[in-house]
Amino acid sequence: MGTTGETADLVVVGAGPAGLAAAVTALAGGLRVALVDSAGTVGGQFWRHPPDTARAAIPTADLHHGLRDYRALREALAAAGDRGRLDLRLAHHVWSVTRDEDGFTVHTVDRRRAPEETAVTLRAPRLLVATGAYDRQLPFPGWDLPGVLTLGGLQALLKGGGVVAGDRVALGGTGPFLLPVAAALAARGARVVTVCEAAGPSAWLRSPGPLLRNPAKGAEGARYGLTLARHGVRFRPRTAIVAAEGTDRVTSVEIASLAADGSPRPGTERRVEADTVGVGWGFVPQLDLLVPLGCALADSDDGSTVVAVDAGQRTTVPGLYAAGEVCGVGGARLSLAEGRLAAESVLADHGAAPVLGRGRRAAVRATVKRHRAFARALARAHPVPSAWSRWLTDDTVVCRCEEVTAGAVRAARTDGGARDHRQVKQLTRAGMGWCQGRVCGPAVHCLVAPHRSYTPTERLVATPLTLGALADLDHARENTGGAAHE
Amino acid sequence: MTRMTVDGEPLDFTEGQTVAAALVAAGRVAWRTTRVGRRPRGVFCGIGVCFDCLVTVDGVRGQRACLLPARADMTVTTREDDDGDDG
Ligand SMILES: Cc1cc2nc3c(=O)[nH]c(=O)nc-3n(C[C@H](O)[C@H](O)[C@H](O)COP(=O)(O)OP(=O)(O)OC[C@H]3O[C@@H](n4cnc5c(N)ncnc54)[C@H](O)[C@@H]3O)c2cc1C
Ligand code: FES
Repeated sequence: MGTTGETADLVVVGAGPAGLAAAVTALAGGLRVALVDSAGTVGGQFWRHPPDTARAAIPTADLHHGLRDYRALREALAAAGDRGRLDLRLAHHVWSVTRDEDGFTVHTVDRRRAPEETAVTLRAPRLLVATGAYDRQLPFPGWDLPGVLTLGGLQALLKGGGVVAGDRVALGGTGPFLLPVAAALAARGARVVTVCEAAGPSAWLRSPGPLLRNPAKGAEGARYGLTLARHGVRFRPRTAIVAAEGTDRVTSVEIASLAADGSPRPGTERRVEADTVGVGWGFVPQLDLLVPLGCALADSDDGSTVVAVDAGQRTTVPGLYAAGEVCGVGGARLSLAEGRLAAESVLADHGAAPVLGRGRRAAVRATVKRHRAFARALARAHPVPSAWSRWLTDDTVVCRCEEVTAGAVRAARTDGGARDHRQVKQLTRAGMGWCQGRVCGPAVHCLVAPHRSYTPTERLVATPLTLGALADLDHARENTGGAAHE
Repeated sequence: MTRMTVDGEPLDFTEGQTVAAALVAAGRVAWRTTRVGRRPRGVFCGIGVCFDCLVTVDGVRGQRACLLPARADMTVTTREDDDGDDG
């Protein structure tokens, strides 16, 4: 049967670094907070952990950084829980959020006994969305073979389940995320046979300022570099995985040096044996819940669309705040700082006293500024190579769900006149399957409109529901006199 | 180790792992067959975004194996095409 949770002062969706920091700050300021995450434990992507009951059986502490902050945040949550001010909703998937004059209704399904689902509706005058991001993918021949995963997927199996996905792993794409994934896999005994970074080694020289102002980032990179050197891992700049081969599982990849525009340099192709492949081209913000609420969006430097926020993390919709990678991808430190700032704005708008003193607040703002500048420099140093589509063949699957090929997408553009991914979808079904275009959307967009930022299609359901949960929802609505209206 | 049933066969896993992690740990990276090309698929994004990893759990179709904690009393089937449109 459906239930309606307590009304809180603030609902926070997402318990990653941003949502955790926000919830803890708001709780410290005296608010009643509902914190919701689809995962079974807090931490988000960066601090992904097995459930608490499995910490001994699946040790992962060696894979993490900044665990002192993580533990402090968890202790603060537990203390607030003891005082009855925290409504922690783990294994609850938010599938829709609606707004009315009194605030927000957050529709969730409780999946603690999955596949059983129970509808749970939460209400609050203020909502903070911190749903993070997911790996951006560029299709290549063979990327749909079993054994080819996203970089984040490899990391999630490792941090969440202690599972090393293969023996010989080839990694590729662009961005600093290649390094922690390579280091973690190597440390856990996988043979990382190649790390292909599409950007050139000189990418940083074009704007070294932000790196010089963030020495910790340089040190982090050096630490990963040492780990990789110790395990004999080859890091290849200006190189890409341009194909994966195999029948029922990947058995090898083809790598090639890239010209300045990112096209493979003829004659440089080499085959590397691998049973597992990890790829990622930066991250795409997870805006599913934000887009339907109508808040203003903005272009980010990495070609994605992000939610627009002011200096206090307020969106353009009154009462709606956003923090972390939905506002632009920049790493866990930035997410933490944005979470704190967002909660301070919530407290101020609620009429409550700030938690951080003026000096500390200024310091957090300065951290956000510094990390955003760093993220912009990163985005410029690690662009999606403009000529990436050269490695597609006509029969390369672009939309994995509906199995739409690159040839079909190109035909939609040249013969069908499609100018954006929505029109491609109408003509080819690309983006119409289970994932609703989350995976192929950015790539289809690059194929038809490479010079504009990618804006996701409006989606009304952030997670599919069983009919049982929908029936529950009707029940819940009757019980609350129609409080949960769509 | 705990044991669940996948396609009628026992599968050992460590309590706390997802169904996808348990399958990958056992060496299975593919378990679904696509509708059009009849191609094998398994875990891809690992975080609930791509829907490549769908399985049927206790008769309920369309479950994302990468999000679903494995349990001893669970019956998982993968062989049918889970790419249907009910769910
Ligand atoms: C798979 C993956 C692995 C990563 N691993 C690393 C790493 O090892 N090291 C590193 O430096 N960076 C990593 N990153 C980058 C990472 O995005 C940031 O470092 C950091 O986690 C961002 O923090 P955040 O709080 O903004 O978002 P996240 O940490 O992504 O937190 C968002 C949270 O929102 C929840 N959520 C999203 N949608 C819903 C919904 N509809 N209902 C309920 N809950 C929802 C998610 O379950 C998640 O817990 C990874 C990214 C991905 C995608
Ligand atoms: S692997 Fe992508 S949804 Fe499970």
